[in-house]
Amino acid sequence: MSAISDFFHAGGYGFYIWASYGAAILLMAGEIAIIKQQYRTILKRLSRMARMNASEEDE
Amino acid sequence: MVPFFGWLAAILMAGGLYWGFFETPDRLSDQKEYYRIIYIHVGAAWMSMWLYVVMAAWALAGLVFQTRLSFMIAKAVAPTGAIATFLALWTGAFWGKTSWGTWWDWDPRMTSELILLFLYMGYMALQSAIDDPRRADRAASLLALVGLVCVPIIFWSINCPDPNECAALHQTSNPGGGNMEPNILIAMLVTAFAFWMYSFAAILMRVRNIILERERHTTWVNELLEEKG
Repeated sequence: MSAISDFFHAGGYGFYIWASYGAAILLMAGEIAIIKQQYRTILKRLSRMARMNASEEDE
Repeated sequence: MVPFFGWLAAILMAGGLYWGFFETPDRLSDQKEYYRIIYIHVGAAWMSMWLYVVMAAWALAGLVFQTRLSFMIAKAVAPTGAIATFLALWTGAFWGKTSWGTWWDWDPRMTSELILLFLYMGYMALQSAIDDPRRADRAASLLALVGLVCVPIIFWSINCPDPNECAALHQTSNPGGGNMEPNILIAMLVTAFAFWMYSFAAILMRVRNIILERERHTTWVNELLEEKG
């Protein structure tokens, strides 16, 4: 347990180190999540449009 | 390709950070444990400059050859580059606070990196402000090319040829000739490479979105949609 807390304490500089790493993880994970979300939205929207076009052609 | 780069990024990052935290001494010359910010700071700073060059190169290719895909790639690079720039500034601020006692200083290096962030943001703002994608591409690409002058300024403000001429706070980054401990150097290079792989993955994912969005009237997109249901 003390080894882990020593690690995160990082000789008193834990705040600076983890603030840097935290921001990096947050931004990079967030970027990927946003891109994936966009991808799903685009696919949904485009396939809806494709279905609409197809049903118009049937009539 | 996306999973390949994604996994490579994750593995390299994990390996590099493991090495950087557990196989390295607690000090980097006169700096104490806070130097470990280096594994993010250097990777992000390199990406911020390189991605700008990549973006400007694709913008130039698009302007010269009038190819749509070039513009799409340039557009896809910008947000990832902006994030890298922000991270370089952010981690630099935390590093500066511990080692110099200040979050920020109008040092040439930091100022020019900040301008780079504004260039990325300006590029994205210009892209989204113009409705016609072709005009937006051309205008934003021009901005990207003009802003390219910023990159060598950043580069030389950190790798200053003569310290007497540029009184920069930032210590020189000289991986080969410096007195950096070899294990720290290895971990730093591995994590920097991981940032590269991450950027490839993110940019490829984003360019796929942009292509789908812009090419939605083509038959191949419709065929893809039928496949995916």
